[in-house]
Order: sequence, then structure tokens, then C-alpha cells
Amino acid sequence: MSNVSTNKRGFPNPLAWIGAATLGLFSEVGRLSVFSARVKIAAFTPRWYPAEIWKQIIRIGFFSLPVVGLSAVFIGAALALNIYEGGSRYGAEQFVPNIVVLGITRELGAVITGLMLAGRVSAGISAEIGAMRVTEQIDALETLSASPYRYLYAPRFLAAIISLPLLVILADIIGVMGGWLVSVYGLGFDSTVYLRNTLDFVTRNDVITGLIKAVVFGAVIALMGCYQGDRSEAGATGVGRAATLSMVGAAVLVLAFNYVLSTVFVEIGL
Amino acid sequence: MTTPILRLQNVEKRFGKNHVLRGVDLEVQPGESVVIIGGSGSGKSVMLKNALGLMTPDGGKIFFNGKDVTKATGGARANMRDRIGMLFQSGALFDSLTVWENVAFRLLNSDRLSRSMAKERAIETLRKVRLGPDVANLFPAEISGGMQKRVSLARSIISEPDLIFFDEPTTGLDPITADAINDLILEQVRGLGAAAVTITHDMPSARKIADDIAMLFEGRIIWRGKAAEVDRSGNDYVDQFVNGRAEGPIQPAI
Repeated sequence: MSNVSTNKRGFPNPLAWIGAATLGLFSEVGRLSVFSARVKIAAFTPRWYPAEIWKQIIRIGFFSLPVVGLSAVFIGAALALNIYEGGSRYGAEQFVPNIVVLGITRELGAVITGLMLAGRVSAGISAEIGAMRVTEQIDALETLSASPYRYLYAPRFLAAIISLPLLVILADIIGVMGGWLVSVYGLGFDSTVYLRNTLDFVTRNDVITGLIKAVVFGAVIALMGCYQGDRSEAGATGVGRAATLSMVGAAVLVLAFNYVLSTVFVEIGL
Repeated sequence: MTTPILRLQNVEKRFGKNHVLRGVDLEVQPGESVVIIGGSGSGKSVMLKNALGLMTPDGGKIFFNGKDVTKATGGARANMRDRIGMLFQSGALFDSLTVWENVAFRLLNSDRLSRSMAKERAIETLRKVRLGPDVANLFPAEISGGMQKRVSLARSIISEPDLIFFDEPTTGLDPITADAINDLILEQVRGLGAAAVTITHDMPSARKIADDIAMLFEGRIIWRGKAAEVDRSGNDYVDQFVNGRAEGPIQPAI
């Protein structure tokens, strides 16, 4: 923002500041769009590096199991408690299993998984690629005739869009079980009735909408991590800043896309 | 007259208002070793990155083996890089791969050799840089800086390139290790019959490995001559640099 003109007292001219900020935003969106397009082209056209994709599935998917599982069980449990508390005001406690499974499958399973991975995975990818950028490893890749888009970014992108839906299925199951645990052992629900109500209420569309969100969140998380890492400036501060930007950017985009997708699903009746 | 393996013709590069390269002209003949000297910020690394195609020049042309590769992309760029080796200042070894996987990276990913054959070639190449097979399965973080340079050298020569770039090959090494690296560079470059372009501040290294020395100052090559002539260049800038004097036409970069 150093190019923004200032008035006699040294304060930035508001119009110039707004103009510079708008231009900055557009150029950043443009760069991110071009980067995303290049990663997607690399991801869906040969040549692929199966060993790298598998390695990233283990890192992104398998090693996220504990954090996703723990988050889901607590969210499911807290959701059941709150629905019970709210429902009891209207004598509607019996709807706890229905609302828990709806909330988890359509919304919270995917959102919690997305947010957890924005922190764990997006920042991790960004720090790793940023460190590779500043230690010339990405330049070295290019001189060895390997495209960083194909060797580094596409495997992370593919691994994220494959892993996220699997993690969300797990989060759905564990989240529902978290609600079941609290309802059966804390709120006095009958276990069989709770589970029957859950299974009777949930529809295929509830699960599918969560999985579609998971694919989109996976793409957002991997792209933000790779993009910020690729643009990382030299030094520990530059790499740290890239990790922070990718985490914050991925988390905000996960929530924004969640709202957009929820709106679309409601509009088309999915 | 043979075609130069590398020719930079009036190459320019700017970063905003900073005009780093202001018309660099350089020719490197097959089998020739040219060392580029110059102070910090003189544009040596930028020149190297332009020659390698890691940056695109704003002006001028770059020829590899007579072909214009200034704006080459895709297959043309890959074909050029297949014939080039590069030793980075930091080594730039891939942290997540073992030493042998680093050395054999091109064989595994570009030439699609089987892992067993690639490992055999990597161990053979490691031996050329005086590293035993026991190092092959270690990760870069588990070996010393000098060993990392040797592994990086092995990676740059494994595909027997026609041209090898060395970016500050002895920086950060003690004088004995630095001299050993110089010996290895000489031995391997001459053994392959490859041309070499080295950028360095290290005058003992430059004197040892160069056929020709060229000096880059303010984005231009201001002198080029035989390594043996560098002490009687008749150029005040070269004279100040090779003798490491603070006084002279070049202002210290502090």
C-alpha cells in the first residue's frame, strides 16, 4: 500500500486507498485463479505420480483421522445436548436423533472436517512448499525436468479431494455416535429407538450433500496451501506468513463455500 | 568455428525499477569452463536463472546449442534441461527423498528407469564423488554440508549433461572441503567433456576450475579473459575484486 497517495497530514487518501485495495484484491484473485486452473489441468491430465499421490493420501487423510474423529465426537455430543435443551422447551426432545443426524451429515461433518484440515493440512502444505521454494528445491525440480505442478501440487490436490469425502463419512458416523453416547448415557434415550430414528430419518441426499461439500473443501484446502507456499517469500517469516495466510484463507473459503453450496442444495431440492 | 553450447545475447532483466541485467553477452564453447565473478547483487544468480529458463529475460536472446530457447516452453524446454546439470548454492536436495533417490531423481521421473537400476546408477555416481553406498539410504538432513554438496554434484552429473551450472559451489564450506569440491568439479566436468558455467566469489576456486573468467558488474560483463590473466587484467574493477580491496571503483555492498 506504499503507492497510495497521502494528504498534507500524511493520512492516506481514502479513495486512493480503496482503489489500491480493490486492484490488489482483483490481482490476487486473478493469480489464484490461474494457479488453480494450472493445478487442475495437471491433476486431470497425464502424467501422474501415483507414489506421490499415495504418500499425500496417507499424510492428508490417514494422519487426520484422530483430529477429525475427536472433533466429530465432541461436536455430535454437544449438538445432542443443545438440541435436547432447546427441544425440551417445546416438548420436542424426541427429535434429538433426527436433528443430530441431519446437522452432522448435511453441515457439521463436512464443515468441522474442512476447518480442522484447513489448520492441519493447508498450513502444513504451505509451510512445506514455502520451505522448498526458499531453499531452491522447486527450482531444482524444474531443472530436473519435473513440473512442480505435476510433481508437487497435483498430488496434494488429488489426495485432498479423495481423502476429504472419506474423512467426512467417518466424521458423520462418529458425530452421530457422539450424539448417541450423550443421549443414551446422559439423557436417558433408549439406544435402539435412538438408532432406529436416526437411520429412518437420514436420507441418501443428506449424505451426498455432505460429500459434495467435502470434495469442494478438499480442493480449497489443497489449493490454498499450494498457492501460498508457492508464493512464499524468503526466510522463516515468509514461510510462517504463508502458512498463516493459507490457514486463514482456507478456513474462510470453507465457510463461504459451505454457505453457497447449502443455498444451492436447498434451491435444487437436494 | 563450433557452435557455442550457450550464448547469451544482450540479455536484460528488471524487477520493478531495479535493472539487474543490462545487456549481458556471454558465449560458452563445448567443453569450456567459464567462471563468472562479481560482487553481491551484481546479477550473477539472476543471469544463471535466465540461462536455465527459471526466469524469462525482459530483453535479449538465449541460445542453447544454437537454438533460441529464450521463451521455450514444454517439450523444447524439457529437451534443453535434459542436457543440463545444475548444482545449487544450498544443494537444494529434496528433504523427503533419500540420498540415492535425490541422485537418481531424473532417472526415476524423466527417464523412467526401474528403481533397482536407478539405485545402482546412483550408487555408482555417488562413488565418483567419493561417497560410499552406506550414504545412499540416508536423508539429506542426516549428512554434513560438504556431503550434501557432493550429493548435489552427483545429481547434476548422473545424466551426463553437456553443460553444468554451478552456483557458488564452495560457499559455506571450510577451505579443505571447498578444495575437495573444486577437485571433484574439475574431475567430473573434464571426465564428461561437459561445459561448465560457475558463479562464485571464491577466487581460489575460480582460479582452479576456470578456463576463462568473466566479471559481471552492474548487469554487464565488463571483462573476460583466461584464468591465468586475471591478475594482470588491466581492469580496475577486476583488480579490486580479485585482490579483495575495499578501496576502488566498486563500492562495498554494505
